[in-house]
Amino acid sequence: MAFDSFGAFIVMEGHGPYVWTCYFVFFLLMGVLAWWSLRQRRAVIARHHRQIGSTPIRNNSPAGASFTRIEPSHD
Amino acid sequence: MWQIFHKLGSPKWFFGIASTLMPWLLWIGVALLAVGIGWGLAFAPQDYLQGNSYRIIFIHVPSAFLAQSVYMMMAVAGLVTLVWRMKLADVFVKAVAPVGAALTFLALFTGAVWGKPTWGTWWIWDARLTSMLILLFLYFGVMALGAAISDEKSSARAVAVLVLVGVVNIPIIKYSVEWWNTLHQPATFKLTEKPSMPAEMWMPLLLSLLGLYLIFGWLACLRMQTEILMREGRTRWVKELVQARGN
Repeated sequence: MAFDSFGAFIVMEGHGPYVWTCYFVFFLLMGVLAWWSLRQRRAVIARHHRQIGSTPIRNNSPAGASFTRIEPSHD
Repeated sequence: MWQIFHKLGSPKWFFGIASTLMPWLLWIGVALLAVGIGWGLAFAPQDYLQGNSYRIIFIHVPSAFLAQSVYMMMAVAGLVTLVWRMKLADVFVKAVAPVGAALTFLALFTGAVWGKPTWGTWWIWDARLTSMLILLFLYFGVMALGAAISDEKSSARAVAVLVLVGVVNIPIIKYSVEWWNTLHQPATFKLTEKPSMPAEMWMPLLLSLLGLYLIFGWLACLRMQTEILMREGRTRWVKELVQARGN
């Protein structure tokens, strides 16, 4: 290791604030970019799901007429 | 060769290939970046002139390198859009423009913070810094133009023209440190010369650069897939894919 202790590693002879600020912003922005991209993708898939769900599926729909069984009355 | 080129025009084919590649790109990229940054921060020797502030180089150079590289890829894609009208090329440009903008911002930000202890100033209107700021505005312009035009074909053509006009800025960025007298140091890596820094410094830098390239590849695939899903929502294969995934 290039430093004698963990404290020296953090302080970096006075350059720590500059170095750590850069790394913090770098990871923050890359993380936000990845999170935003994944969220966009999920939103598009969810939208397609809703559209598919709201569209009647023709093959399973009743073909014009329907029949309802009515119980005959014995009164 | 032409078969691959032809296949690249198919969003469905690209979607499948991207799904296979993405986990590899992400995890190898993260591993390389972690090793490169860890090595650079904790084990690389201190610079005799700049002290420890030079350790910003392990994110500054990869961000700046990739910011220009992404723009060049967008320019090639723009040319393909105009000449062959390949849909996937426009999908690429629209998907990666925000990533390029983020990388340019990171290059400018880390450069400014590095400049304070090294040059004694956060910012100076010299050729390298100003041309990088123009690159950031070019990325914003591409994003704004893409969002402003609703017709897909007109938007693709307009964006491609803007990207190709802006490509003139790339050689200006690259050679600014040679053409003009600037505070910025010359290029760290050159294809024709051995790096001027010792191996303990350039090896972690190279690993960080490769790692960030792979992470960019993952982000590009992910964002391109989203753009394809948006555009091809009415096609049968997208509907089947969405139903099969169930999320």
